[in-house]
Amino acid sequence: MKLTYLTVAATLVAGSAFAAEVGPKEVKYNDDTAIEMSLTGVAGDPEKGAVIMATKSKGNCVACHEISALSAAFQGNVGPMLDGAGDRWSVGELRGLVVNAKMMFEGSVMPSFYQVDGFTRPGNAYTGKAGQEPLAPLLSAQEIEDVVAFLATLKDE
Amino acid sequence: MKFKALTVAALTVAMPVMALAGPDDDKLVINGEIEIVTKAAAPAHMEETGIDTVMSGWHFRADETQALEMDDFDNPGMIFVDQAIDAWNMAEGSEGKSCASCHDDPSSMAGVRAVYPKWNEAAGEVRTLAMQVNDCRVNKMGADKWKYAGGDMASMEALISVQSRGMPVNVATDGPVKAVWEQGKELYYTRTGQLDLSCASCHEQNYGNMIRADHLSQGQINGFPTYRLKNAKLNTVHARFKGCIRDTRAETYSPGSAEFVALELYVASRGNGLSVEGPSVRN
Repeated sequence: MKLTYLTVAATLVAGSAFAAEVGPKEVKYNDDTAIEMSLTGVAGDPEKGAVIMATKSKGNCVACHEISALSAAFQGNVGPMLDGAGDRWSVGELRGLVVNAKMMFEGSVMPSFYQVDGFTRPGNAYTGKAGQEPLAPLLSAQEIEDVVAFLATLKDE
Repeated sequence: MKFKALTVAALTVAMPVMALAGPDDDKLVINGEIEIVTKAAAPAHMEETGIDTVMSGWHFRADETQALEMDDFDNPGMIFVDQAIDAWNMAEGSEGKSCASCHDDPSSMAGVRAVYPKWNEAAGEVRTLAMQVNDCRVNKMGADKWKYAGGDMASMEALISVQSRGMPVNVATDGPVKAVWEQGKELYYTRTGQLDLSCASCHEQNYGNMIRADHLSQGQINGFPTYRLKNAKLNTVHARFKGCIRDTRAETYSPGSAEFVALELYVASRGNGLSVEGPSVRN
Protein backbone atom coordinates (compact mmCIF):
# COMPACT_ATOMS: atom_id res chain seq x y z
CA MET A 1 0.00 0.00 0.00
CA LYS A 2 1.36 3.37 -0.94
CA LEU A 3 0.39 6.18 1.39
CA THR A 4 0.53 9.78 0.32
CA TYR A 5 1.90 12.31 2.73
CA LEU A 6 -1.57 13.60 3.55
CA THR A 7 -2.88 10.14 4.26
CA VAL A 8 0.01 9.43 6.57
CA ALA A 9 -0.46 12.74 8.38
CA ALA A 10 -4.17 12.07 8.71
CA THR A 11 -3.47 8.59 10.04
CA LEU A 12 -1.04 9.98 12.58
CA VAL A 13 -3.52 12.56 13.78
CA ALA A 14 -6.28 9.99 13.96
CA GLY A 15 -3.95 7.51 15.64
CA SER A 16 -2.90 9.87 18.38
CA ALA A 17 -6.48 11.05 18.90
CA PHE A 18 -8.03 7.62 19.27
CA ALA A 19 -5.34 5.33 20.61
CA ALA A 20 -3.57 7.80 22.92
CA GLU A 21 -0.45 7.22 20.82
CA VAL A 22 2.57 9.32 21.73
CA GLY A 23 3.32 11.37 18.63
CA PRO A 24 6.85 12.16 17.39
CA LYS A 25 6.62 15.65 18.89
CA GLU A 26 5.33 14.44 22.25
CA VAL A 27 8.00 11.90 23.14
CA LYS A 28 9.37 12.45 26.66
CA TYR A 29 12.88 11.42 27.55
CA ASN A 30 13.86 10.58 31.08
CA ASP A 31 17.41 11.87 31.77
CA ASP A 32 17.74 12.50 28.01
CA THR A 33 18.36 8.84 27.27
CA ALA A 34 15.38 6.64 28.05
CA ILE A 35 11.71 6.75 27.08
CA GLU A 36 9.96 4.80 29.80
CA MET A 37 6.44 5.02 28.45
CA SER A 38 5.28 2.85 25.57
CA LEU A 39 4.52 4.91 22.48
CA THR A 40 1.24 3.07 21.96
CA GLY A 41 0.24 1.29 25.15
CA VAL A 42 0.09 -1.90 23.07
CA ALA A 43 2.78 -4.46 23.88
CA GLY A 44 5.33 -4.86 21.09
CA ASP A 45 5.47 -8.10 19.13
CA PRO A 46 9.09 -9.34 19.02
CA GLU A 47 8.46 -11.53 15.98
CA LYS A 48 7.22 -8.55 14.00
CA GLY A 49 10.14 -6.54 15.36
CA ALA A 50 12.59 -9.08 13.97
CA VAL A 51 11.01 -8.79 10.52
CA ILE A 52 11.08 -4.99 10.63
CA MET A 53 14.76 -4.98 11.56
CA ALA A 54 15.70 -7.24 8.66
CA THR A 55 13.48 -5.60 6.04
CA LYS A 56 15.13 -3.03 3.78
CA SER A 57 12.00 -0.92 3.32
CA LYS A 58 11.33 -0.88 7.07
CA GLY A 59 13.95 -0.59 9.81
CA ASN A 60 16.78 -2.07 7.73
CA CYS A 61 18.73 -2.23 11.00
CA VAL A 62 20.90 -5.02 9.56
CA ALA A 63 22.36 -2.52 7.10
CA CYS A 64 24.55 -1.26 9.95
CA HIS A 65 24.21 -3.78 12.79
CA GLU A 66 24.96 -7.46 13.16
CA ILE A 67 22.30 -9.48 14.93
CA SER A 68 23.04 -13.20 15.14
CA ALA A 69 19.40 -14.04 15.79
CA LEU A 70 18.43 -12.72 12.34
CA SER A 71 19.19 -14.73 9.23
CA ALA A 72 19.47 -11.69 6.91
CA ALA A 73 22.57 -11.90 4.69
CA PHE A 74 25.32 -9.27 4.62
CA GLN A 75 24.74 -7.64 7.99
CA GLY A 76 26.72 -4.44 8.31
CA ASN A 77 29.13 -3.23 10.96
CA VAL A 78 28.85 0.57 10.95
CA GLY A 79 27.07 0.36 14.30
CA PRO A 80 27.74 -1.96 17.24
CA MET A 81 26.68 -5.59 17.21
CA LEU A 82 23.31 -5.95 18.88
CA ASP A 83 23.70 -9.40 20.40
CA GLY A 84 23.15 -8.95 24.13
CA ALA A 85 21.47 -5.56 23.66
CA GLY A 86 18.70 -6.71 26.00
CA ASP A 87 21.31 -7.20 28.74
CA ARG A 88 23.06 -3.90 28.16
CA TRP A 89 20.04 -1.62 27.96
CA SER A 90 16.71 -1.32 29.71
CA VAL A 91 13.53 -1.33 27.65
CA GLY A 92 13.24 2.43 28.15
CA GLU A 93 16.80 2.93 26.92
CA LEU A 94 16.21 0.69 23.90
CA ARG A 95 13.11 2.73 23.05
CA GLY A 96 15.10 5.94 23.45
CA LEU A 97 17.84 4.60 21.15
CA VAL A 98 15.47 3.59 18.37
CA VAL A 99 13.50 6.85 18.57
CA ASN A 100 16.60 9.05 18.55
CA ALA A 101 20.01 7.54 19.28
CA LYS A 102 21.61 10.99 19.26
CA MET A 103 20.06 11.65 22.67
CA MET A 104 22.29 8.97 24.17
CA PHE A 105 25.19 9.08 21.72
CA GLU A 106 25.88 12.62 20.71
CA GLY A 107 26.79 12.87 17.04
CA SER A 108 25.79 9.28 16.27
CA VAL A 109 25.34 8.55 12.56
CA MET A 110 22.24 6.46 13.37
CA PRO A 111 19.06 7.93 11.87
CA SER A 112 16.23 8.89 14.21
CA PHE A 113 13.36 6.53 13.48
CA TYR A 114 10.56 8.64 14.97
CA GLN A 115 11.48 12.14 13.80
CA VAL A 116 9.31 14.12 11.41
CA ASP A 117 10.89 17.56 11.13
CA GLY A 118 13.99 19.62 11.78
CA PHE A 119 15.92 18.03 8.92
CA THR A 120 18.38 19.74 6.57
CA ARG A 121 17.08 19.52 2.99
CA PRO A 122 14.37 16.98 3.79
CA GLY A 123 13.53 14.84 0.78
CA ASN A 124 10.51 12.92 -0.41
CA ALA A 125 11.73 9.45 0.59
CA TYR A 126 14.41 8.23 -1.88
CA THR A 127 13.33 10.33 -4.86
CA GLY A 128 15.90 13.10 -4.41
CA LYS A 129 13.02 15.59 -4.67
CA ALA A 130 12.09 18.00 -1.90
CA GLY A 131 9.87 16.68 0.86
CA GLN A 132 7.43 18.64 2.96
CA GLU A 133 7.86 18.50 6.73
CA PRO A 134 6.47 16.98 8.78
CA LEU A 135 7.63 13.81 7.00
CA ALA A 136 6.20 10.45 7.96
CA PRO A 137 8.55 8.91 10.56
CA LEU A 138 10.78 6.07 9.33
CA LEU A 139 8.87 3.68 11.60
CA SER A 140 5.41 3.98 13.13
CA ALA A 141 4.91 4.04 16.90
CA GLN A 142 3.82 0.41 16.96
CA GLU A 143 6.68 -0.66 14.70
CA ILE A 144 9.08 0.94 17.17
CA GLU A 145 7.41 -0.94 20.01
CA ASP A 146 7.80 -4.17 18.04
CA VAL A 147 11.51 -3.50 17.43
CA VAL A 148 12.06 -2.63 21.10
CA ALA A 149 10.30 -5.86 22.11
CA PHE A 150 12.63 -7.85 19.85
CA LEU A 151 15.76 -6.05 21.05
CA ALA A 152 14.78 -6.81 24.65
CA THR A 153 14.92 -10.54 23.80
CA LEU A 154 18.57 -10.30 22.72
CA LYS A 155 20.21 -11.64 25.84
CA ASP A 156 23.49 -13.48 26.07
CA GLU A 157 22.06 -16.46 27.95
CA MET B 1 23.87 7.75 31.24
CA LYS B 2 24.55 10.05 28.34
CA PHE B 3 27.56 9.43 26.15
CA LYS B 4 29.35 12.43 24.73
CA ALA B 5 31.25 12.13 21.49
CA LEU B 6 34.55 11.89 23.35
CA THR B 7 33.31 9.02 25.48
CA VAL B 8 32.29 7.19 22.36
CA ALA B 9 35.67 7.80 20.77
CA ALA B 10 37.38 6.45 23.88
CA LEU B 11 35.16 3.36 23.85
CA THR B 12 35.98 2.79 20.21
CA VAL B 13 39.68 2.88 20.96
CA ALA B 14 39.31 0.63 23.97
CA MET B 15 37.12 -1.92 22.20
CA PRO B 16 38.07 -2.08 18.54
CA VAL B 17 35.49 -3.79 16.39
CA MET B 18 36.71 -7.14 15.12
CA ALA B 19 38.86 -6.76 12.06
CA LEU B 20 36.44 -7.29 9.21
CA ALA B 21 37.84 -6.84 5.74
CA GLY B 22 39.38 -3.39 5.58
CA PRO B 23 40.92 -1.90 2.46
CA ASP B 24 43.39 -4.35 0.94
CA ASP B 25 47.06 -3.93 0.08
CA ASP B 26 46.95 -4.90 -3.60
CA LYS B 27 48.93 -2.93 -6.17
CA LEU B 28 47.32 -1.39 -9.23
CA VAL B 29 49.33 -1.42 -12.44
CA ILE B 30 47.34 -0.87 -15.63
CA ASN B 31 48.35 -2.72 -18.82
CA GLY B 32 51.45 -3.88 -16.99
CA GLU B 33 52.98 -0.42 -17.32
CA ILE B 34 51.00 2.44 -15.79
CA GLU B 35 51.66 2.44 -12.06
CA ILE B 36 48.78 3.94 -10.14
CA VAL B 37 49.33 5.49 -6.72
CA THR B 38 46.28 4.19 -4.86
CA LYS B 39 47.49 5.03 -1.35
CA ALA B 40 49.19 8.27 -0.45
CA ALA B 41 49.96 10.41 2.56
CA ALA B 42 46.88 12.50 3.28
CA PRO B 43 47.17 16.12 2.16
CA ALA B 44 47.99 18.61 4.94
CA HIS B 45 44.48 20.08 5.00
CA MET B 46 43.15 16.71 6.20
CA GLU B 47 45.20 16.70 9.38
CA GLU B 48 42.14 17.49 11.50
CA THR B 49 40.33 14.41 10.17
CA GLY B 50 42.77 11.97 11.75
CA ILE B 51 43.12 10.22 8.39
CA ASP B 52 46.80 9.83 7.54
CA THR B 53 46.47 7.78 4.35
CA VAL B 54 44.14 8.52 1.47
CA MET B 55 43.05 5.52 -0.55
CA SER B 56 41.48 4.96 -3.92
CA GLY B 57 38.11 3.23 -3.92
CA TRP B 58 39.88 0.48 -5.88
CA HIS B 59 41.19 -0.97 -2.59
CA PHE B 60 37.66 -1.47 -1.30
CA ARG B 61 36.47 -3.62 -4.16
CA ALA B 62 36.64 -7.36 -4.66
CA ASP B 63 39.58 -8.91 -6.52
CA GLU B 64 37.45 -9.70 -9.59
CA THR B 65 36.32 -6.07 -9.86
CA GLN B 66 39.85 -4.82 -9.26
CA ALA B 67 41.15 -7.03 -12.07
CA LEU B 68 38.83 -5.40 -14.61
CA GLU B 69 40.78 -2.16 -14.21
CA MET B 70 44.21 -3.70 -14.67
CA ASP B 71 43.92 -4.19 -18.42
CA ASP B 72 42.26 -1.81 -20.83
CA PHE B 73 40.88 -4.74 -22.82
CA ASP B 74 38.97 -5.83 -19.72
CA ASN B 75 37.90 -2.33 -18.65
CA PRO B 76 34.40 -1.71 -20.04
CA GLY B 77 34.93 2.03 -19.51
CA MET B 78 37.42 2.03 -22.38
CA ILE B 79 34.62 1.43 -24.88
CA PHE B 80 33.39 4.90 -24.03
CA VAL B 81 36.89 6.31 -24.42
CA ASP B 82 36.88 4.99 -27.98
CA GLN B 83 33.52 6.61 -28.62
CA ALA B 84 34.85 9.90 -27.29
CA ILE B 85 37.79 9.75 -29.73
CA ASP B 86 35.23 9.86 -32.54
CA ALA B 87 33.49 12.81 -30.87
CA TRP B 88 36.87 14.52 -30.40
CA ASN B 89 37.51 14.44 -34.14
CA MET B 90 34.00 15.33 -35.29
CA ALA B 91 33.31 18.93 -36.31
CA GLU B 92 30.09 20.25 -34.81
CA GLY B 93 28.38 23.62 -34.57
CA SER B 94 28.44 26.84 -36.52
CA GLU B 95 32.24 27.23 -36.53
CA GLY B 96 32.89 23.91 -38.23
CA LYS B 97 35.35 22.91 -35.54
CA SER B 98 36.05 19.78 -33.57
CA CYS B 99 38.06 19.41 -30.37
CA ALA B 100 40.96 18.36 -32.60
CA SER B 101 40.83 21.63 -34.53
CA CYS B 102 42.36 23.45 -31.56
CA HIS B 103 43.78 20.70 -29.37
CA ASP B 104 45.19 18.29 -31.98
CA ASP B 105 45.53 14.82 -30.51
CA PRO B 106 43.78 13.93 -27.23
CA SER B 107 47.25 13.34 -25.78
CA SER B 108 47.52 17.14 -25.60
CA MET B 109 45.21 16.81 -22.58
CA ALA B 110 47.91 15.09 -20.48
CA GLY B 111 47.87 16.60 -17.01
CA VAL B 112 44.54 18.37 -17.42
CA ARG B 113 42.32 16.00 -15.42
CA ALA B 114 44.77 16.14 -12.51
CA VAL B 115 44.22 19.84 -11.78
CA TYR B 116 40.45 20.17 -12.26
CA PRO B 117 38.30 21.72 -10.87
CA LYS B 118 40.46 24.84 -11.26
CA TRP B 119 40.15 28.60 -11.30
CA ASN B 120 39.40 30.23 -14.65
CA GLU B 121 40.72 33.76 -14.46
CA ALA B 122 38.90 35.10 -17.50
CA ALA B 123 35.55 33.80 -16.32
CA GLY B 124 36.25 34.56 -12.66
CA GLU B 125 34.96 31.18 -11.54
CA VAL B 126 35.96 27.68 -10.52
CA ARG B 127 35.45 25.36 -13.46
CA THR B 128 35.06 21.64 -13.61
CA LEU B 129 36.26 19.69 -16.61
CA ALA B 130 32.65 19.34 -17.77
CA MET B 131 32.10 23.10 -17.55
CA GLN B 132 35.25 23.68 -19.61
CA VAL B 133 34.16 21.15 -22.24
CA ASN B 134 30.80 22.86 -22.56
CA ASP B 135 32.46 26.28 -22.69
CA CYS B 136 34.49 25.06 -25.66
CA ARG B 137 31.44 23.59 -27.33
CA VAL B 138 29.36 26.75 -27.01
CA ASN B 139 31.95 29.50 -27.39
CA LYS B 140 34.59 27.94 -29.64
CA MET B 141 32.55 25.49 -31.73
CA GLY B 142 29.14 27.17 -31.79
CA ALA B 143 27.65 23.83 -30.82
CA ASP B 144 25.04 22.86 -28.25
CA LYS B 145 26.02 22.14 -24.68
CA TRP B 146 26.13 18.55 -23.62
CA LYS B 147 23.99 17.46 -20.70
CA TYR B 148 26.20 17.97 -17.65
CA ALA B 149 26.23 14.38 -16.42
CA GLY B 150 25.06 12.72 -19.64
CA GLY B 151 26.73 9.98 -21.66
CA ASP B 152 28.55 12.25 -24.15
CA MET B 153 30.10 14.23 -21.33
CA ALA B 154 31.02 11.17 -19.26
CA SER B 155 32.75 9.64 -22.29
CA MET B 156 34.68 12.82 -23.08
CA GLU B 157 35.76 13.11 -19.44
CA ALA B 158 36.97 9.52 -19.62
CA LEU B 159 39.02 10.28 -22.76
CA ILE B 160 40.56 13.32 -21.09
CA SER B 161 41.21 11.41 -17.84
CA VAL B 162 43.00 8.59 -19.63
CA GLN B 163 45.64 11.06 -20.82
CA SER B 164 46.57 11.73 -17.17
CA ARG B 165 46.43 8.22 -15.76
CA GLY B 166 49.19 7.75 -13.22
CA MET B 167 49.70 11.47 -12.69
CA PRO B 168 48.98 12.80 -9.18
CA VAL B 169 45.74 14.65 -8.50
CA ASN B 170 46.78 18.16 -7.60
CA VAL B 171 43.89 20.60 -7.30
CA ALA B 172 44.35 23.99 -5.68
CA THR B 173 42.70 24.65 -2.33
CA ASP B 174 43.63 28.26 -1.72
CA GLY B 175 44.14 31.50 -3.64
CA PRO B 176 41.13 32.37 -5.76
CA VAL B 177 39.44 28.98 -5.19
CA LYS B 178 39.59 29.26 -1.40
CA ALA B 179 35.99 30.41 -0.86
CA VAL B 180 34.56 27.72 -3.12
CA TRP B 181 36.75 25.08 -1.47
CA GLU B 182 35.47 26.17 1.95
CA GLN B 183 31.89 25.94 0.65
CA GLY B 184 32.60 22.42 -0.56
CA LYS B 185 34.05 21.46 2.81
CA GLU B 186 30.95 22.81 4.55
CA LEU B 187 28.76 20.70 2.25
CA TYR B 188 30.91 17.63 2.91
CA TYR B 189 30.23 17.82 6.63
CA THR B 190 26.57 18.88 6.45
CA ARG B 191 24.20 16.09 7.47
CA THR B 192 21.18 16.04 5.20
CA GLY B 193 17.87 14.32 4.71
CA GLN B 194 15.68 12.22 6.93
CA LEU B 195 18.57 9.83 7.52
CA ASP B 196 20.67 12.81 8.62
CA LEU B 197 23.93 11.70 7.01
CA SER B 198 26.83 13.71 5.63
CA CYS B 199 29.56 12.57 3.23
CA ALA B 200 31.76 12.30 6.33
CA SER B 201 29.29 10.05 8.19
CA CYS B 202 30.10 7.21 5.82
CA HIS B 203 33.31 8.10 3.99
CA GLU B 204 35.34 9.66 6.78
CA GLN B 205 33.98 8.07 9.96
CA ASN B 206 33.16 4.65 8.56
CA TYR B 207 35.32 3.81 5.54
CA GLY B 208 36.34 0.18 5.68
CA ASN B 209 33.06 -0.75 7.37
CA MET B 210 30.15 -2.47 5.68
CA ILE B 211 26.71 -1.02 5.02
CA ARG B 212 24.93 -4.24 4.21
CA ALA B 213 27.01 -5.71 1.35
CA ASP B 214 28.61 -2.40 0.45
CA HIS B 215 32.19 -1.86 1.55
CA LEU B 216 32.42 1.84 2.42
CA SER B 217 35.33 3.59 0.72
CA GLN B 218 36.81 6.98 1.44
CA GLY B 219 34.65 8.39 -1.33
CA GLN B 220 37.67 9.44 -3.39
CA ILE B 221 36.96 10.69 -6.91
CA ASN B 222 40.37 10.20 -8.53
CA GLY B 223 38.91 7.28 -10.48
CA PHE B 224 36.03 9.17 -12.09
CA PRO B 225 34.34 8.86 -14.42
CA THR B 226 33.80 5.34 -13.18
CA TYR B 227 32.27 2.37 -14.93
CA ARG B 228 29.86 0.73 -12.52
CA LEU B 229 28.91 -2.90 -12.95
CA LYS B 230 25.66 -1.95 -11.22
CA ASN B 231 24.40 0.21 -14.09
CA ALA B 232 26.81 -0.82 -16.86
CA LYS B 233 27.77 2.69 -17.85
CA LEU B 234 30.18 5.49 -17.05
CA ASN B 235 29.15 7.53 -14.04
CA THR B 236 30.17 11.12 -13.46
CA VAL B 237 31.16 12.60 -10.13
CA HIS B 238 28.08 14.80 -9.91
CA ALA B 239 25.73 11.93 -10.73
CA ARG B 240 27.33 9.95 -7.90
CA PHE B 241 27.02 12.92 -5.49
CA LYS B 242 23.36 13.15 -6.40
CA GLY B 243 22.83 9.44 -5.78
CA CYS B 244 24.52 9.58 -2.37
CA ILE B 245 22.49 12.58 -1.22
CA ARG B 246 19.30 10.99 -2.53
CA ASP B 247 20.13 7.96 -0.40
CA THR B 248 20.07 10.12 2.73
CA ARG B 249 16.41 10.82 1.89
CA ALA B 250 17.31 14.42 1.13
CA GLU B 251 16.51 16.88 -1.62
CA THR B 252 19.56 16.66 -3.87
CA TYR B 253 21.46 19.37 -5.71
CA SER B 254 21.65 19.17 -9.49
CA PRO B 255 24.63 18.02 -11.52
CA GLY B 256 26.53 21.15 -12.56
CA SER B 257 25.13 23.23 -9.69
CA ALA B 258 27.40 25.63 -7.82
CA GLU B 259 27.08 23.39 -4.76
CA PHE B 260 28.29 20.29 -6.58
CA VAL B 261 31.12 22.21 -8.24
CA ALA B 262 32.25 23.28 -4.77
CA LEU B 263 31.84 19.77 -3.38
CA GLU B 264 33.80 18.32 -6.30
CA LEU B 265 36.68 20.70 -5.67
CA TYR B 266 36.77 19.82 -1.98
CA VAL B 267 36.46 16.06 -2.46
CA ALA B 268 39.06 16.14 -5.26
CA SER B 269 41.43 17.92 -2.87
CA ARG B 270 41.06 15.09 -0.36
CA GLY B 271 42.62 12.91 -3.06
CA ASN B 272 45.58 15.16 -3.83
CA GLY B 273 48.50 12.78 -4.21
CA LEU B 274 46.52 9.83 -5.53
CA SER B 275 46.89 9.05 -9.22
CA VAL B 276 44.30 9.97 -11.78
CA GLU B 277 42.71 6.59 -12.45
CA GLY B 278 39.67 7.21 -14.64
CA PRO B 279 37.88 5.49 -16.10
CA SER B 280 37.93 3.20 -13.08
CA VAL B 281 35.76 0.11 -12.58
CA ARG B 282 33.59 -0.27 -9.49
CA ASN B 283 30.55 -2.27 -8.54
